[in-house]
Amino acid sequence: MQRQYSYRQLFISVYKKDVLLAFRQRSEIINPLLFFLIVISLFPLGIGPEPQLLARMAPGIIWVAALLSTMLGLDKIFRDDYQDGSLEQLLVSPYPTSLIVIAKVTAHWSITGLPLVLLSPMFGLLLNLDSNAMQAAIITLLIGTPLLSLIGAIGAGLTVGLQKGGILLSLLVLPLYIPVLIFATSAIDTSAMSLDYTGQLAILGAMLAIALVMAPFAVSSALKVSVS
Amino acid sequence: MRVFLLLKVENITCIRQDRCLFENLSFELPQSTIMQLEGPNGAGKTSLFRILAGFTRLEQGKRFWFGKNVVDDEETFLSELLYIGHKTGVNTQLNAVENIRFWQETHGYTHISKNDVSDCYDLLANLGLVGLEDIPVRMLSAGQQRRVALARLWISEAKLWMLDEPFTAVDKKGVTLLQEQFKKQLARGGSVFLTSHQDLTEHFEDLKILSLEYKI
Repeated sequence: MQRQYSYRQLFISVYKKDVLLAFRQRSEIINPLLFFLIVISLFPLGIGPEPQLLARMAPGIIWVAALLSTMLGLDKIFRDDYQDGSLEQLLVSPYPTSLIVIAKVTAHWSITGLPLVLLSPMFGLLLNLDSNAMQAAIITLLIGTPLLSLIGAIGAGLTVGLQKGGILLSLLVLPLYIPVLIFATSAIDTSAMSLDYTGQLAILGAMLAIALVMAPFAVSSALKVSVS
Repeated sequence: MRVFLLLKVENITCIRQDRCLFENLSFELPQSTIMQLEGPNGAGKTSLFRILAGFTRLEQGKRFWFGKNVVDDEETFLSELLYIGHKTGVNTQLNAVENIRFWQETHGYTHISKNDVSDCYDLLANLGLVGLEDIPVRMLSAGQQRRVALARLWISEAKLWMLDEPFTAVDKKGVTLLQEQFKKQLARGGSVFLTSHQDLTEHFEDLKILSLEYKI
């Protein structure tokens, strides 16, 4: 047996493990989606089923529901690995921690964010979104959900060592989600008025690019603090 | 054969909850050496291990790996370190083979072929886990779970093994197996640094002992 350090191999292994575990416990994938569906269907019940009112509120509802359902799975990113010691093993492996973090966040996104993006047309229909706005909703979710996972991972890394970090995690992370919420809903609103919304998308894209570069380092520092 | 100094520790101090666990601790760990860390519960054995492995930040003192400060080149140190703590890093949802594979892949050990699991099966058979390869680890007993974690000793080429209570929950036969594996590690020029409450002097003639005292 010989040793060969390959970043690709590491990424694939970490990613594969998390996705495999999620498929073994399907509730991890299904619960956030059901939660999303329930939150969305509560609004027509609460504020009345007028199609125009719903279409007006849809961007906000979809995005708030997306934020909350992402929160559900966030705690799980590092929790199990912290408890069984896998996190320690990953920290003493010669690979950079930030790479491990990227792999884990990507896995988290494909388990929680991606299904949301794929099912969003259906949720849009429930809220009477027109096709323009629907398109914008899908694109903003596609750019926005990885951003939610990346920002959320910082909070998850900081709170993983705490006994009951769940509420603290929400308090830490939800305020950081506000810019995403503002620009994403603004993009959908603008598109509903048949205007150009590339400006908002560009800002979301810029935020994603920055988070993709910076968040892994923040998360790895957070994890090192939590493990020590 | 020239014997190299693997690890040198200088003036390490550890303070936990206003209690000084150890102060200005210095020691050396040469190649092909087995060293046992002794001390009563709460003396700071695990704390020392976690400091050496780099989980806890060093507030004072230095670690040297082959004469080089570990802080300057952590990667080299980590690639030559195998650490197994109280929390073993075995995922209980996965089965034994998946656990071993995952550990191998995340520590740079390539296996012969992606689909060939026979080497893994042989290893598990050697550890007395025949027929338990495909069962989620949570269904195994505590000792068997520990064996899955300790399977890394048969894969690892790291020069330094740091094992925190490796014999916990392992039966007599398992302990013998482990001691044989320690001897192999010593023979190939590696070192073993472990905490244990067992007496190992009769199995290893040149066992070095490092004692920590419980201080109030």
